[in-house]
Amino acid sequence: MYGFRHADGLCADVSARPRSANIPLPFVRRSSVRPAPSPLFQRHRFRPASVPPPSMSDSPPRIERIDTPEGPVAVLHGRWGAADLGTRRTWREVSAQLAQHAPDAGLGWDLRSVDWLDHVGAQLLWNHWQRQWPERVALDDAQRDMLDRVAEFTVTDRLPDPHWSLAEEVDRLGVKVLHALGHGRHLLELVGQLVIDLASVVRAPRRAPWRDISGHLYRMGATAMPITAIVGFLIGVVLAYLMSLQLRQFGAESFIVNILGISLIRELGPMLAAILVAGRSGSAITAQIGVMRVTEELDAMRVMGIPHGFRLVMPRAVALAIAMPLIAVWTTLCALAGGMLAADIAMDVSPAYFVQALPNAVSFSNLGLAMAKSVVFGVGIALIGCHWGLRVKPNTQSLGEGTTASVVNAITMVIIVDALFAIAFKNLGI
Amino acid sequence: MTRDAAEDAIATGPAAAPEPPPQDAPPVVEIRGLSTVFGKGDEAFAVHENLDLTVRRGEILALVGGSGTGKTVLLRQMLGLTHPAKGSVTVLGRPAAEMGRAGAASRVGMLFQHGALFSAFSVLDNVAFALREQGTLPKDLIADAAMVKLRMVGLKPEHATRSPSDLSGGMIKRVALARALIMDPPLLLLDEPTAGLDPNSSDEFCELLRELHAALGLTVVMVTHDLDTLFALSTRVAVLAEKRVITSGPPQEVTRFEHPFIQQFFLGERGRRAMAPAPSAPSAPPAAAAPGQEA
Repeated sequence: MYGFRHADGLCADVSARPRSANIPLPFVRRSSVRPAPSPLFQRHRFRPASVPPPSMSDSPPRIERIDTPEGPVAVLHGRWGAADLGTRRTWREVSAQLAQHAPDAGLGWDLRSVDWLDHVGAQLLWNHWQRQWPERVALDDAQRDMLDRVAEFTVTDRLPDPHWSLAEEVDRLGVKVLHALGHGRHLLELVGQLVIDLASVVRAPRRAPWRDISGHLYRMGATAMPITAIVGFLIGVVLAYLMSLQLRQFGAESFIVNILGISLIRELGPMLAAILVAGRSGSAITAQIGVMRVTEELDAMRVMGIPHGFRLVMPRAVALAIAMPLIAVWTTLCALAGGMLAADIAMDVSPAYFVQALPNAVSFSNLGLAMAKSVVFGVGIALIGCHWGLRVKPNTQSLGEGTTASVVNAITMVIIVDALFAIAFKNLGI
Repeated sequence: MTRDAAEDAIATGPAAAPEPPPQDAPPVVEIRGLSTVFGKGDEAFAVHENLDLTVRRGEILALVGGSGTGKTVLLRQMLGLTHPAKGSVTVLGRPAAEMGRAGAASRVGMLFQHGALFSAFSVLDNVAFALREQGTLPKDLIADAAMVKLRMVGLKPEHATRSPSDLSGGMIKRVALARALIMDPPLLLLDEPTAGLDPNSSDEFCELLRELHAALGLTVVMVTHDLDTLFALSTRVAVLAEKRVITSGPPQEVTRFEHPFIQQFFLGERGRRAMAPAPSAPSAPPAAAAPGQEA
């Protein structure tokens, strides 16, 4: 085996061996020809006695240098295990000691006083020996097995590091562009599929997933009411206070009704509600569908012949299309209530006057515009959430990325759509 | 095949089963008077009641039992992931609740039923994770050590850069085993190590575990339904029923224990097939051997 000539008693009970420094060790010289390693795990021996207790002991790994008639020998002591080597102080000391004992022809190695050697420790030694057996080495059978295994399985040719090249960067850019196009196409497909699904609902309303729609309505609509109410109310209070300071300079206190009415009903109410819902429900939709991808539920649905569009996308889109305008109105009402309260306190504009003046200040078409906008927001949020959810790959990283992308895209979409509406209907209601 | 013939088959048995350790080997896991209760109030139900179990160093203990007898829960108790309602679980001389502290990877390795690989990491990063988290050893050494473990479990270097979602079921188990073994922990827990593997991979996996046990002197506790694995690997079998360990001992002895579950589990058709060495079993039709494997 490996050209070792085993001296009798070499592998005898380690603890019984005298440890004084000047006794010559039964070192064995290796022959120069190294045969191929034997197959792994050839020796089925059970060695409970040689396995020391696993508890952390206070015997740190260290190297002692002694001189024998055959030359200097590095004697290893302590626990050479991953956990022991892994503490910062021990590692510093061990690497310094290893550096002092560079593997050269003259130096022998004695591992028999080691309390515990595991694969990481063996790897450390093997790498230190520059991946070849030193000329003189003394170790017991278990340690030799372990080093043999490490020697056999260490990969000598490293994996090539990915190196930078212009062609690859261009390639990567192209892939990104294609990805973006792919996302656009998938979204378009989703919209088309939604139209087809809605048509089939109109044709056969009894077969539509009404229970799903009602569940989503509750979860994405009704349960969003507290948070939108709080945010809306506070924004109303803040706006009214800030406006009151400006309006008082011109003595135009009563115009607070016009300012709050137009800005909240037409712009801020629907927008606030949509942004909150995009963060709340958009992420939830992506995470739900994404987890279904990870757990292969989407595949199970497809195998049963249940289309994703009809059962996953359409109910969510319909639910948000219904819920979004209602939440927008609810948020607007709360914001107006906050503004009314602040106007009363800051400027003595009484709530009675506020309510009375509001219909004259804001034309009804503003409310219609806000509702129409909210329907588009709702459908957009649902579709973007579903899109990213369906594109999740079955791993956790992709799930996280998809959820983030979904929320960011949904909020961006809300603001873009809002701008488009503002431009398209600039002559309406003002 | 008669009952006696079956027992003879066990006695001669598959020759490959590892040697049991000496009786006085120190205990690695000690469970005393363990009760595990799930749910609260009226819905509370006990999975274990007054359960005792000792695992000695060097043993390969197989936990068997019907569905819902709390085999996996018992493993989770040993890992400190589930807390006992009553009683104590001591692992490596310390309470199991302390298992999750820093350096746990050097004390115990767990092979989860579905691998539980970190899907965001490559295969090599999964294996190297515990070593890397120590934050002291140099990168090259860690990569080498992880690669050695990967190759020990029978994977090739080119698999190292794959992501877990691109692996087959058998490869996931192997990577998970390499990850569990990266710090050479003295105790290895396996939850259904061969479930979901085809018969061939399952045999290879058993062979690998036996080799590792012999090479590293591991203590292994495994939950399994697979009788082939059980007879090929375990030095002792503990049977969970009636909320406790009703009997434990070498596989041959346990099959003689009078209990309805044991009779049905070991001495049913599948049990006899698994106990009898395949070529010398005239009553086992060759065609039936393949579907007998745990799917």
